[in-house]
Amino acid sequence: MEFDFNALTVAESRRLLDGGACTSEQLTAALVQRIRERDPEIKAYVTVDAEMALAQARAADIARAAGGRGVLLGIPLGIKDLLNVEGQPCTCSSRLLEGYIAPYDATAIARLRAAGAVFLGRTNMDEFAMGSSTENSAFQVTRNPIDTTRVPGGSSGGSAAALAAGEAIATLGTDTGGSIRQPAAFCGCTGLKPTYGRISRYGLTAFASSLDQIGPMTKSVEDAAILLGVMSGLDPMDSTTLDVPVPDYTKALREDLTGIRLGLPREYFIDGMDPAVRASMDAAVELCRSLGAQIVDVSLPHTEYSIAVYYIIATAEASANLARFDGVRYGHRTAQADDPIDMYGKTRQEGFGPEVKRRIILGTYVLSSGYYDAYYLKAQKVRTLIRRDFEHAFQSCDALLAPATPTPAFRVGENTSDPLKMYLSDVFTATANLAGICAMSVPSYPTPEGLPVGLQILGPAFGEERILHIGHAFEKRLGRS
Amino acid sequence: MQTKNQPTALNVAYVANLARLHLTDDEIATFQPQMEHIVGYVQQIGALDVSGVEPTLHAVEVTNVLRKDVSRPGLDHERVMANAPSEVNGLFMVPKIVE
Amino acid sequence: MNYETTIGLEVHVQLKTQSKMFCACPTGYGAAPNTLVCPVCLGYPGAMPVMNEEAIRLTVLTGLMIGSNINELSKFDRKSYFYPDMPKNYQISQYDRPLCLGGSVVIEVDGVEKTIGITRIHLEEDVGKSTHMARSSGVDFNRAGHPLMEIVTDPDMTSPAEAYAFLVALKQILLYIGVSDCNLEEGNMRCDVNVSMRPAGQKSLGTKAELKNLNTFKGVQHALHYEVERQSGMLTRGERVIQETRRWDPDQGITTSMRTKEDAHDYRYFPEPDLMPVVLAAAQIGALKATLPELPRTRRFRFAEQYGIPAYDAGVLSADRDIADFFEAAAGLSSNPKAVSNWIMTDVLRVLAERETTLAALPLTAAALASLVGLVDKGSINMTGAKTVFEVLIDNGGDPARIVNERGLAQVSDGGAIESLVDDAIVANPRSVEDYRNGKKAALQFLVGQVMKQSRGKANPPMVMEILMRKLEG
Repeated sequence: MEFDFNALTVAESRRLLDGGACTSEQLTAALVQRIRERDPEIKAYVTVDAEMALAQARAADIARAAGGRGVLLGIPLGIKDLLNVEGQPCTCSSRLLEGYIAPYDATAIARLRAAGAVFLGRTNMDEFAMGSSTENSAFQVTRNPIDTTRVPGGSSGGSAAALAAGEAIATLGTDTGGSIRQPAAFCGCTGLKPTYGRISRYGLTAFASSLDQIGPMTKSVEDAAILLGVMSGLDPMDSTTLDVPVPDYTKALREDLTGIRLGLPREYFIDGMDPAVRASMDAAVELCRSLGAQIVDVSLPHTEYSIAVYYIIATAEASANLARFDGVRYGHRTAQADDPIDMYGKTRQEGFGPEVKRRIILGTYVLSSGYYDAYYLKAQKVRTLIRRDFEHAFQSCDALLAPATPTPAFRVGENTSDPLKMYLSDVFTATANLAGICAMSVPSYPTPEGLPVGLQILGPAFGEERILHIGHAFEKRLGRS
Repeated sequence: MQTKNQPTALNVAYVANLARLHLTDDEIATFQPQMEHIVGYVQQIGALDVSGVEPTLHAVEVTNVLRKDVSRPGLDHERVMANAPSEVNGLFMVPKIVE
Repeated sequence: MNYETTIGLEVHVQLKTQSKMFCACPTGYGAAPNTLVCPVCLGYPGAMPVMNEEAIRLTVLTGLMIGSNINELSKFDRKSYFYPDMPKNYQISQYDRPLCLGGSVVIEVDGVEKTIGITRIHLEEDVGKSTHMARSSGVDFNRAGHPLMEIVTDPDMTSPAEAYAFLVALKQILLYIGVSDCNLEEGNMRCDVNVSMRPAGQKSLGTKAELKNLNTFKGVQHALHYEVERQSGMLTRGERVIQETRRWDPDQGITTSMRTKEDAHDYRYFPEPDLMPVVLAAAQIGALKATLPELPRTRRFRFAEQYGIPAYDAGVLSADRDIADFFEAAAGLSSNPKAVSNWIMTDVLRVLAERETTLAALPLTAAALASLVGLVDKGSINMTGAKTVFEVLIDNGGDPARIVNERGLAQVSDGGAIESLVDDAIVANPRSVEDYRNGKKAALQFLVGQVMKQSRGKANPPMVMEILMRKLEG
């Protein structure tokens, strides 16, 4: 094979395919081969349907020969197992959805399909997207390809690991409190959480409906721009999508930052943060300055409340969203039950893992009679203050720079005994979901041991072009340094 | 939806029952201190003064997202029932509902 | 001791829409189980609701019709409870911001008017339907997601008869604006009842029981009668009524405690994050208001006064909006509204009943009925002929004057022609002539009949009578 298929980006693959240098079938076969070799150790995928993927690839080759030029024609992608793809299982890495076959495509999937994408398989995740390490999958623990003693992050850990292991050209993740950006940071890839309402959530198994967003996980910022453009836009099936025009995001990619004001939120650069992350951030900020950016100090004073607010709102919504998993219409059902109530209790006991159970309990509690005002309503009000913090900050800068995570990838098993400690690792990412704004993690300078560190670029609502521009300039300059 | 200024401790067994979630005694014993720890943490928002602040119900502000009253066929029946854990004569079967 | 009864109702009404509340699945009754379903109404992972604009319009229309205040901002909430017929195990409903607040419905019991207050009207989604077998139950989700309007009354009713009268009056209003078919057999209208008793004169309400499984209005009345007896009996014996849900058993005619396993209800309402608020501007509400029909009750009084018809007839004619509209259209084109009323009361309603059909399905038009009444009034046609024309109008429609011409039904009012028929009858029936002259007045009717028969029904009956009497007397 004359190309390193596994390192290819979307843009590079497209050039090869369009130029006739290789076929989608060859590309797809090479990736399937890599998955066979590498995935027994990495465990990025929960399902691989090689037959289906190769059939899609051959159809793409025929379409291309007939003059077809879909943006993603013949390009193989890995899809987080939280998204419905017609005719495929969608387990959400949970025993509860074993046996379920999706009868419909999520809107984002339908748009990728229409653009010609090939679906390689389903990537592993924390069960129902609840977790920050992919250790909460009911099926397998995914390893970080950079250092397999470490976690790939989560909840979209499979999608990040698949990229880092060369097992996909690009992947989809979902982000409720950092589930795209944190694993992207841990695995050294690019992860974009779009503005709430930018990409339809229809067909995305809901974790927290007011926070969830689908986003691209890629090997370059340019690829993120390409995938974002394909998936974005109003969807009549999702009332929370906005009718905001979808630009050609690749046109926003520039290589200097002249005239750009970047804010450093002081609450994100605290004493006691991991020194390697701190050093990486300091160097990243200097690099941005050298590209012409003006650096300003800003404050997001309610940051300290964000994890509390996030876990109240997210678990409350999740407790209702996960109520439908009851064994009546699809998925797992307990073998023997006396009556429906007994059936629900046993089915859900057998089907859900401990982290999902904890979050259902917390979410049920904060909504229950007598506690709603003190927890849920109060959290929604503090959420307003967090949103205002960002609105205020964006008056004095174009985008914010922050670490994506407080530490580099931690070791497998390191944080599993203390749920709260795991929750606190979302501290730099959950705010963007609460505010509904866009944010992206791009690889920054690694730690001295070679572990990836993510630079987070946060932009205002529908400011994707701006953060893609900044991320692209940063990525290009870092690549040359 | 009434207010209690001093939230009392979370009773895991009681709340799990509301959520139709059976728990073993071991699970209750594990979860109870973990949940108390987490609830203790999230209670920090109680100290913040939010008087006069409107809650954020949605991350986007639009209203009247409506569809026209036009029908179209739903899913193929066989496909729907293929997912059913238990089916008889096109119905989803469950243990007898006692009213 | 005397006890007072307090009754409040929660009436669920299925709205008449083409598609479901939050998805495009067709609404319908009687389809094979689980054939009108999609990821949304089955509660599949990833499915999201989108509001049906028509369901909101119909709910607001109902509110306006009964004088509710329409909330400028309303929203949907999730109401959590587990039940096999509930696909998501939460129902999308409205908690603190329903579409309509307040309003009232006037009822009449034994000639006494009373105003029943409406607390609120909100919109929600219907659940599926369970069929119970020996050891299991089967669930059909075709009905799940049908738009369901819940009308909650104030506890203003004090007798089973008032509750019954309320339901009848409400149904009439709903049918009037066409928001629901109100077909009780198909479950279009379902009712939960709260009833309590207190010693006469006591201010605070007694402990209430909630009654379920009430599928007919008569059932509501019977169950309430039973419950009033049961509760007043308990109070008289010094027992305490406990707050509970009771199921009406129509076969045995009793209510029984449902003793549900559910603990105290904790619905954990919170705003539905997947749906945006509904904002109704004053202009929109004004435009809807302009389309409102008159209330049936108001129309009844107006009919009696404006058209000079008996109160009973006005009640019948105004009860159904199509019939009332038809009457008004025909009466407006006629100088004899009373005759129009008579035709509708006797002939039109008879035909509708016999053929189990609706006015819309008949070719008869209001203009044709008015014209038929005119032909009779002008003497162009007698009643026998008019009945024949009516039958033609019912089956084929058309212009009454033309039908009269084509069928030769015009009344014969030519004195010469009638005179010769009379002469023939006198010659042919000497016996009857004799009888009449001997004082048997009944013989005259026989002779008139003979003349009418000879004219094949077309002779002008008063003229026949007059000429015959002149000849016989003379």
